[in-house]
Amino acid sequence: MKCTRCRAKAEVHLRAHNAGFCRPCYLGYFRRQVERAIAADRMCTPDERLLVAVSGGKDSLALWDVLIDLGYQTTGLYLAQGIGGYSDRSREKVEAFANGRGLALRVVDLSAEGPGLAIPDVAALTRRSACAACGMLKRHFFDEAALAGEFDVLATGHNLDDEAARLLGNVLRWQVDHLVRQRPVLPPTHPRFVRKVKPLHLLSEYETAVYAFMRGIDYVVEECPNSVGATQLVYKDALNRLEAASPGTKLAFVREFHRTGQPAIVPRSAEDQRPPQTCARCGMPSWGEVCAFCKLVAEIETKRARGMTGPAA
Amino acid sequence: MRVHLHPQGRTLEVAGRRSVGRLLAEIGVLPGTAMVIREDVLLLDAEMVEDDDVIEVRAVISGGGA
Repeated sequence: MKCTRCRAKAEVHLRAHNAGFCRPCYLGYFRRQVERAIAADRMCTPDERLLVAVSGGKDSLALWDVLIDLGYQTTGLYLAQGIGGYSDRSREKVEAFANGRGLALRVVDLSAEGPGLAIPDVAALTRRSACAACGMLKRHFFDEAALAGEFDVLATGHNLDDEAARLLGNVLRWQVDHLVRQRPVLPPTHPRFVRKVKPLHLLSEYETAVYAFMRGIDYVVEECPNSVGATQLVYKDALNRLEAASPGTKLAFVREFHRTGQPAIVPRSAEDQRPPQTCARCGMPSWGEVCAFCKLVAEIETKRARGMTGPAA
Repeated sequence: MRVHLHPQGRTLEVAGRRSVGRLLAEIGVLPGTAMVIREDVLLLDAEMVEDDDVIEVRAVISGGGA
């Protein structure tokens, strides 16, 4: 197979695009895709300060790498979640990436926050699954770090497969309020929110992995141990089977949702028009009088005061 | 040939020349869910791998954040 652009020997074949690329042309293709996504949805501008959430995986490090390459002002944010050796190895990868390129990196250690919020401890003390606790704590600390650092934009490495799996889950349950909010750009709806963007939302996991590999990015290949059996992986597997039978399915699913499906839903949703309230305890955005984070902290403090350390009864 | 599977951490011994696409089908890997790497170069499905090759099949699916 030859490179679609220069006719040299191709190193990667993208079935969804019916195209092949050699290494230099693939790296150029990837950069252009990110540039187009940023421009199409007006995600950010070069004079804005971006906080890039990085996990040590291929997507977030590829995102950070390409944003630097495109000239954006970035600072990395790593959340140390206390998931044993997995978190230790992930942190090492992130710190090596940042140090090797002289990039600014902020680290939030969950075990040192509030009453101690390492994911295994939170899951053991409350009725929440590790994934639910992780998602909620990520949202809170990403928002808090973006606000404290006076950043304009929070960028995450969600890829096409993440977005397709999320969309499939939302459609299967017709979660209209979630469908309305599933966007590549979320404008701030509260004074303590910043704009949230997903520049990789139309690039597949394969494409981000190939970019990371070709750029020599040393990332964590292993999956989070808590993800075993996760519903998102079941959806990803189903979508990959559809993609194998009909290349381009995932891209069409997500792209056409944004072009035609979402506009049909938005006017019918009153939920989307209602901005969040302000948490009476911490002042951060909240969908109730007290935000989910403050409720979690109160629950853990109460249980620790009773001497509980293990799984909730 | 020796086939290292990441992140599973397993190594398979596979005998006989075959295409990358056939190798992936035999070990149950769907197209587009793994990179096939030989000597720091990605291989396409139609390329042939030989008995004395050392291959890495690196999954690209992620399902969690550290």
